[in-house]
Amino acid sequence: MDIHEYQAKEILANFGVEIPPGALAYSPEQAAYRARELGGECWVVKAQIHAGGRGKAGGVKLCRSDNEIFTICESLFGHKLVTHQTGAEGKGIYRVYVEAAVPIEREIYLGFVLDRTSQRVMIVASAEGGMEIEDISAERPDSIVRATVEPAVGLQDFQCRQIAFKLGIDPALTQSMVRTLKGAYRAFREYDATMVEINPLVITGDNRILALDAKMTFDDNALFRHPNISELRDKSQEDPRESRAADRGLSYVGLEGNIGCIVNGAGLAMATMDTIKLAGGEPANFLDIGGGATPERVTKAFRLVLSDSNVQAVLVNIFAGINRCDWVAEGVVQALRQVSVNVPVIVRLAGTNVEAGQKILAKSGLPIIRATTLNEAAERSVAAWKSGNSDIKKLRAAT
Amino acid sequence: MSILIDQDTRVIVQGITGKIARFHTADMLAYGTNVVAGVVPGKGGQTVEGLPVFDTVEEAVAQTDAEASLVFVPPPFAADSIMEAADAGIKYCVCITDGIPAQDMIQVKRYMYRYPKDRRMVLTGPNCAGTISPGKALLGIMPGHIYLPGHVGIIGRSGTLGYEAAAQLKAHGVGVSTSVGIGGDPINGSSFKDLLQRFEEDDDTHIICMIGEIGGPQEAEAAAYIRDHVKKPVVAYVAGLTAPKGRTMGHAGAIISAFGESASEKVEILSAAGVTVAPNPAVIGDTIADVLKEVA
Repeated sequence: MDIHEYQAKEILANFGVEIPPGALAYSPEQAAYRARELGGECWVVKAQIHAGGRGKAGGVKLCRSDNEIFTICESLFGHKLVTHQTGAEGKGIYRVYVEAAVPIEREIYLGFVLDRTSQRVMIVASAEGGMEIEDISAERPDSIVRATVEPAVGLQDFQCRQIAFKLGIDPALTQSMVRTLKGAYRAFREYDATMVEINPLVITGDNRILALDAKMTFDDNALFRHPNISELRDKSQEDPRESRAADRGLSYVGLEGNIGCIVNGAGLAMATMDTIKLAGGEPANFLDIGGGATPERVTKAFRLVLSDSNVQAVLVNIFAGINRCDWVAEGVVQALRQVSVNVPVIVRLAGTNVEAGQKILAKSGLPIIRATTLNEAAERSVAAWKSGNSDIKKLRAAT
Repeated sequence: MSILIDQDTRVIVQGITGKIARFHTADMLAYGTNVVAGVVPGKGGQTVEGLPVFDTVEEAVAQTDAEASLVFVPPPFAADSIMEAADAGIKYCVCITDGIPAQDMIQVKRYMYRYPKDRRMVLTGPNCAGTISPGKALLGIMPGHIYLPGHVGIIGRSGTLGYEAAAQLKAHGVGVSTSVGIGGDPINGSSFKDLLQRFEEDDDTHIICMIGEIGGPQEAEAAAYIRDHVKKPVVAYVAGLTAPKGRTMGHAGAIISAFGESASEKVEILSAAGVTVAPNPAVIGDTIADVLKEVA
């Protein structure tokens, strides 16, 4: 789960990471008022969306008067910001963070990630702050400093000092760098983050170390023990299809294609999408309904997949193991009777009692296109989608 | 021979009193697995499927000489259960539980390293379907009847895609020595590499099938290991050709976040190491059958 910059900063500040003074606003009026409250002569107005690349996309602006803040906020609020991370759709701006501008001497990149090779938390830092880590590793790989944290004892001071010295930070600031690194690490551990990125971490003209931007991502599997983090979920930043799926306990990722997919198991779901692509089609979604494939879940899945108006055919691919095919087939029939489906539906069942399952589908009298192999399922789905509704009868007759 | 388990392996089920664990315990017993006991804290003295339930793994091991454990414990408590098994002297643990926090798994891995290598428990999973040595023993939730006994060693990150591959092999009349699910989580007990090593040393395994997916460094690590150490033929399939970058595809670990983690990059890396890559998931069985013919 992602949170907003201002929320990440608040969390980090609670762990001793210094941040510039700032305040949140839900309207242009409030933003101008917040700036007056903060005082000073120069502020940064930052659109709060769950994506990076805001600066280049015009979502971060330097302002010198409350008038200017008001005007800029009017152009931000209620609009979509499209950055290289949001996709063409963009993300809606409903909150703006107003922050006192600070004099920047140096920018540093600082990230904490779950490193899958060492299976530990890894710190990634670079003297090339402000750039994205992908660009840093492509253009200045030698500038990257890494350290892994021994989970039994946590991040040690000497590791922090090593990082500080390798980044060439003024020795007078070593202690404050140690405090920043340890604070961010503790926040990462405490709240089961999977990523904390402070980019840039800046050294100011008056020799302070401040987190100028912050991003935190949390482990969905650990949210059960952090109700305070779960509360920060902002549905306005999610694909509405995915929000609906998450609320129904289904694992769904929306894509751009036309063939909806309902599959049990994540690996098989990806493999089904790949087969559709190889057969000349484009999958509309990833959807794993779980190992069970109960009638309730299949019904929910149909509703969800069909809520995407791009979907012109639906492929159901279930490998029934412990749950036999005849039982899964009953579920599919039940779902199709409950949900009005006006696009071709292709069903491929495999595994235990497959013949009995096929019979149930055939006898149901429902317009189901059946397939026995994965390839056949993908090819029939693509054919059904291409031919549109008019030729479905022919395809049905063929099966 | 088979790797990790056989008909003599004495198995306990942690969390045996749960509905799903109960169901699969019955299924495993029916398959012929030597399940000897269950463990659920506070439920010692009960019986499930005629098996005694103990409060602690330590007690279960003391009473039954159990060597292997299957964990069905809910996510908040699963890491603790795995460590309990490691401490009690269990040699092989399969964790089925999906949804364990990644940082809990970091702790589990660290904890296991307190034991010297010869006494260190082998863990596969979490978030996997289990391990089966067809005709001998089943430790997990897969349908046993789709696996024929034979000589293909399977290692996979996915459950149902693994079933798909096994069913395709069965259609060719090709059997499996052992199939191991390593699970879909970012931090897991054993990697492709760990199991490649076991299959390479197993006389009963003539060919190895790897079923990978997007995300993480394990397929690339496996490729390097295969190039340098594996003499048996290896066939692979990598799921997620159509998966977008930066999105989690169902499995917590199925996310492309770095260079080399996409399906096409993994295919390239594996091919370069001499692995035969099945071009699509529908021909995993065909590809293995072809390679077997060539070898013969």
